[in-house]
Amino acid sequence: MFCEKAVELIRELHRMTDGQLPAFNEDGVRQVLQEMEALYEQNQADVNEAKSVGRADLIPSIKLRHCCLLRNQRCVVAYLYDRLLRIRALRWEYGSVLPANIRFHMSAEEVQWFGQYKKSLASFMRSIGGEEGLDITQDMKPPKSLYIQVRCLKDHGEFEIDDGTVILLKKNSQHFLPRWKCEQLIRQGVLEHVMS
Amino acid sequence: MSDALSEDGSDINQDDSQEEVMTPAELIAKLEEAWLNEKFSPELLENRSEVVECVMEQLTHMEANLQRVKKGDAKAGFHRMEIDRIRFVLSSYLRSRLQKIEKFFPHVLEREKSRGEGQPSLLSPEEFAFAKEYYANTETYLRAVALKRMPPNLQAVDMLKAVPEPCLDSFVFLRVKEQQENILIEPETDEQRDFVVDLEEGSQHLMRYRTIAPLVSSGAVQLI
Repeated sequence: MFCEKAVELIRELHRMTDGQLPAFNEDGVRQVLQEMEALYEQNQADVNEAKSVGRADLIPSIKLRHCCLLRNQRCVVAYLYDRLLRIRALRWEYGSVLPANIRFHMSAEEVQWFGQYKKSLASFMRSIGGEEGLDITQDMKPPKSLYIQVRCLKDHGEFEIDDGTVILLKKNSQHFLPRWKCEQLIRQGVLEHVMS
Repeated sequence: MSDALSEDGSDINQDDSQEEVMTPAELIAKLEEAWLNEKFSPELLENRSEVVECVMEQLTHMEANLQRVKKGDAKAGFHRMEIDRIRFVLSSYLRSRLQKIEKFFPHVLEREKSRGEGQPSLLSPEEFAFAKEYYANTETYLRAVALKRMPPNLQAVDMLKAVPEPCLDSFVFLRVKEQQENILIEPETDEQRDFVVDLEEGSQHLMRYRTIAPLVSSGAVQLI
């Protein structure tokens, strides 16, 4: 059946419900593109024959192939675009450096797109309101209190807070830290906010 | 909220060269208004970069003031909190704008292109630059990975058709700030009488966004 490969690509993304990024299915995309090429060649041949010999009975199958071509195009583009949206979400979650296991799932072009997106976002944030700009990937939740109780989930090493004191973030240790300093670490999974 | 602000920043606005003089409390109220409207409206609203700039100035000023306060002063904590809150609102406002720009980028750019001479732009210059880059980046990517390897008649994708438009028919909650009369809420139905309502000042409603969109941009109603 035509288009089956293309739909399989979409299904693959759909199965990853919570916006996770599966490995780039280069093979699948290539197969769809090959199928499109074959369909297109058959169509070209049939169109020529229909024109030269006047065989009107070929027209329905030409139309069918054309619909399949359109559907394949749509599915591939949707697959790629949806992946971009997921990659974009990762920039907001992890900051500008992605963990290695996620980068492993991205194609070279996706890495390139991500780099460009990062750059655009950075220059946008720098341009807000004059000198230093504003990091809008911070302050994701409304602040409730200045300091929060956090627990370390993994060893992170030394960490400096605003007034110059350096603390050691060791696994399972608990600290009372300024919220605006640890927001990113919480999102990266280094710290955990302990609700009291 | 306003107390801490006026204490910190009343002097900055007095010598401000802006035409309209605003107290910091008014400024923050403006920011909150813009923030809520932006957060709840399905489409991108007009940019308020003048408010963003003033708030940024205010924040820098407050930070500087905070540096002078003695360590361990109880007041410092309150001011710190205040700064954090304002920064959250500001970031959240800019974030929701950026999200809409990314989500609807072809439409946003199209609207910018078809904008007449005198009409104000929806996007700030920075947002416009971002949207253009985002468009170019995404288009280049799709072309490089798939489109250029497709048959010649299928190498173009109409982004305007491919990316969904904002849904203007979604419902929004709103509070009326200025009395409105004869608001048409069902303009399409010909056979029925036009469905018209009056909006009392201070009353709250749940309505389709499309019908009250002009009132949101004029500031007569506030989305909540």
